[in-house]
Amino acid sequence: MTHTPTYDIAIIGGGIMGCATALRVAEGGMSAIVLDKDDLGQGASGVNAGTLSLQIKRVKLMPYALRGHHLWEQMGDAVGFAKTGGYTLAFNAREAEMLQERQTLKAQAGAPIEFVSNNALRAAEPHLTQKVEAASFCPEDGYANSSLTGQYYRGRLRDAGIAYREGCKVTDIGHSAGFLLTTTTGQIRASRVLLAAGAWLKPLAALLDVDLPVNARVNTVSVTERIPTLMGSVIGHATGLLTMKQKANGTVLIGGGWQGLGTPQDGRGTVNADAVKPNLALAQYAVPALAKARVTRSWTGFEANVPDFYPLAGALPGVPDAYVLGCVRGGYTIGPYIGQLMGDFILGRDPELPLFDPGRDFTKDTT
Amino acid sequence: MADHYDIAVVGAGPAGGNAALAAAQAGLRVALLDEQPTPGGQVWRDKSASILSAPVTPESRAGAALRKAIETSAVTPLSQIRVWDIRLRDDHWVLQAQRAATSQEITSKSLILATGAREYVQPFPGWTTPGVIGLAGATALFKQSLTLPGKRTVVSGTGPLVFYVASEIRRLGGEVAAVVTPNTRSQWARALPDMLGQPKLLARGALWVADLMLARVPILWGHAVAQVDGAEQVTALKVRNLRTGTDGPDIAADSLCIGHGLIPNIEAAQILGVAVRHDPSLGGWVPDAAPDGATAIKGLYLCGDGCGIRGATAAGLQGSLTGARAARDLGRDAPTSPLARWHKADRFGRAMTALSLPTPALEALTTRDTIICRCESLRCTDIIDEVATGAASTNAVKSGRRAGMGPCGGKYCQSAIATLIAAQTGKSLADVPPPTPRPPLRPVPLGQAAGAFEYDALPISKPAPL
Ligand SMILES: Cc1cc2nc3c(=O)[nH]c(=O)nc-3n(C[C@H](O)[C@H](O)[C@H](O)COP(=O)(O)OP(=O)(O)OC[C@H]3O[C@@H](n4cnc5c(N)ncnc54)[C@H](O)[C@@H]3O)c2cc1C
Ligand SMILES: Cc1cc2nc3c(=O)[nH]c(=O)nc-3n(C[C@H](O)[C@H](O)[C@H](O)COP(=O)(O)OP(=O)(O)OC[C@H]3O[C@@H](n4cnc5c(N)ncnc54)[C@H](O)[C@@H]3O)c2cc1C
Repeated sequence: MTHTPTYDIAIIGGGIMGCATALRVAEGGMSAIVLDKDDLGQGASGVNAGTLSLQIKRVKLMPYALRGHHLWEQMGDAVGFAKTGGYTLAFNAREAEMLQERQTLKAQAGAPIEFVSNNALRAAEPHLTQKVEAASFCPEDGYANSSLTGQYYRGRLRDAGIAYREGCKVTDIGHSAGFLLTTTTGQIRASRVLLAAGAWLKPLAALLDVDLPVNARVNTVSVTERIPTLMGSVIGHATGLLTMKQKANGTVLIGGGWQGLGTPQDGRGTVNADAVKPNLALAQYAVPALAKARVTRSWTGFEANVPDFYPLAGALPGVPDAYVLGCVRGGYTIGPYIGQLMGDFILGRDPELPLFDPGRDFTKDTT
Repeated sequence: MADHYDIAVVGAGPAGGNAALAAAQAGLRVALLDEQPTPGGQVWRDKSASILSAPVTPESRAGAALRKAIETSAVTPLSQIRVWDIRLRDDHWVLQAQRAATSQEITSKSLILATGAREYVQPFPGWTTPGVIGLAGATALFKQSLTLPGKRTVVSGTGPLVFYVASEIRRLGGEVAAVVTPNTRSQWARALPDMLGQPKLLARGALWVADLMLARVPILWGHAVAQVDGAEQVTALKVRNLRTGTDGPDIAADSLCIGHGLIPNIEAAQILGVAVRHDPSLGGWVPDAAPDGATAIKGLYLCGDGCGIRGATAAGLQGSLTGARAARDLGRDAPTSPLARWHKADRFGRAMTALSLPTPALEALTTRDTIICRCESLRCTDIIDEVATGAASTNAVKSGRRAGMGPCGGKYCQSAIATLIAAQTGKSLADVPPPTPRPPLRPVPLGQAAGAFEYDALPISKPAPL
């Protein structure tokens, strides 16, 4: 093949960030191609716990999360969306105090969070432990099925006429009068690039001689076999170390950010039983009847962050026409929305809410 | 620590049993773990207490000899213990194990995985009807409890096991309506040179066939069961000539034993980072291991059918080689045996495995309505539709359709799914690797995985930034 395909923008990374941005720029008239080294939605976006919870979002990201929730609701069945409401639990006085303080700030930021009595909690969730010290409730909380991310966006990209390539790793980016990408499946030219490579952002940006201070956490999720109903809403712990829901098919998904092993550079990460055990213990403490449910699988995914734990969303410093989007805490929830903002920014429009300058000083808190 | 050993061996079949013996002979403390009640593995499975007086067979004799050798050795056999996770912590292996209602950790300096194989059945209409059981599964029934699959049984499948099962059914007093094998007589003739190295096994096989012929049991070469009829129970079967594509008259039967070869249990090795490759003559995806069990990972060894289907003889030989190698690597004196016998057994085993592989003609019996993933009740069309929307890997099909997300973890459906993906995308099977392996190796009750705990002692870290 002598002819190198050419696009207005090449989006590197087919997770939720890359795909959501692709849809927006294509709506705005740009020709886009999405490239992923694996299959679409097999990174963090396809293996996460799928919790759509305002109660565990950062205060400053609340407006983004609220808008994200609305988008998930619109995506509906195609992504396994369910708005169940969610309870966050404290099991001792120290946790209760923390819950009070944190949820009050989140409520002030716009999340409809209220504190609930033990009786109300028990009526709603009869299988919960009796040992709850305090609980908060948010009716907006729920979940979607992250396994469907790849299937869903593959369909959306196809319907929107957006090209995508799977099994296509970007290994080099040349930069003069546009970008020339070398990939494992040939070369591609584009006038712009968006780096949306999740936990792999650091080596990718290095191809453009930019150092992004990206770290990766190795989060773990476990699932049980199908069991009779034990809970109707999303159950969380004041520390965030437990998130749990029972899906319509009866399986219970248990997460909470417990750390597995490995790095993004060497595969998909491995489960650390020493971390899974306390995660499952916490789940069993919250819902004792879970003890008998068989765990069928535990897995890990890489979640990227920068030192101030706010997103990278904007222009890549020092490289004209290059952009970066990633490191969004609660990025599954917020992804579809912040992808739209990013798309607007690339299209030269004013985003509805501010983005997060990737060139900022990461040692300070952003405002 | 009470549960610390020099070597932990997972799997007490011919491979693991012999590996444990060789390592213990070299003076090491060895634990031999298996989820079954006694050592013996699949092939040398022990009789249950109710049938102790049953006549001896070559399998029961070999199994008894292995159990006796283990009993009189320094090996610590840990039975009815299920290993659900393994990892390297600092410089030792940590095995998470479940035994009855308790859970425990076992640690060791070196680890030998001898996890054996599981059976494959190429899905076809009616294969999930009650009364259909696996060929290999049937042998387990005979050995453990002398139970027959039914009153009138059709025995079908590839490789040598089909003749063994048919003659065992007859020996135990059952009726074999027919033997139906996709293999042809000329395929067997071509395998003969590789089989001559194991004259005893060859002679035994010939006896099975002779017995069936003397008893006038019809043997349909080059045929396959194309459909099972019956709602609650098997009532009849349709048999197809694979060369001409024509169906013969229905055969009345109340049961069917069927199997199309074995698949190595590679998940534990894969999770621990051993690279896998596709080798059809060894049963599909196999981890890289040397004849003496050594892998690229220090202190980790593999032997037996779990690193390639070669059969019981090769498994036992490789077990001994592996136990000795592991002992030498820990600084003990252990003999280095010549590999000649193993190579002979390897050649025989590969020939049998090649005969057992499902062929395209057999795969064509999977119709669009056939159930592929039993746990999630997915039909062939569900998989085909998903691939048509662009899912081109086992991981992508699994994510989109839950294919392999049920309790079996894809152990039984992944080969069929990979075959469908390859056929539809034009890829070769070697380009459709199995989905990412994940623990637990076996489903484990949550309470046991969590273990006993005090809430206040849980390692609760500080919360995420506000
Ligand atoms: C286990 C886990 C649980 C989580 N739970 C939740 C939750 O409950 N709720 C929530 O809101 N958030 C959750 N998150 C966070 C959320 O999943 C992430 O923030 C979000 O999915 C990140 O999306 P992304 O597109 O940036 O990254 P990814 O989805 O990882 O996508 C990046 C893609 O880039 C590709 N790529 C990388 N390098 C290259 C290259 N050189 N060339 C081509 N392609 C490349 C990768 O293959 C990958 O597909 C969780 C995260 C994890 C890991
Ligand atoms: C059901 C079945 C029946 C068979 N019958 C015959 C036969 O009659 N004749 C014949 O020639 N070949 C038979 N085979 C082929 C047979 O597998 C091999 O020839 C031979 O047994 C291989 O020996 P091995 O030691 O490698 O594995 P195996 O004998 O399979 O031993 C592996 C052992 O590992 C144990 N194990 C695996 N994972 C775990 C875990 N996570 N925790 C605890 N224990 C674990 C299993 O319980 C098993 O006992 C059969 C295979 C199967 C699957």
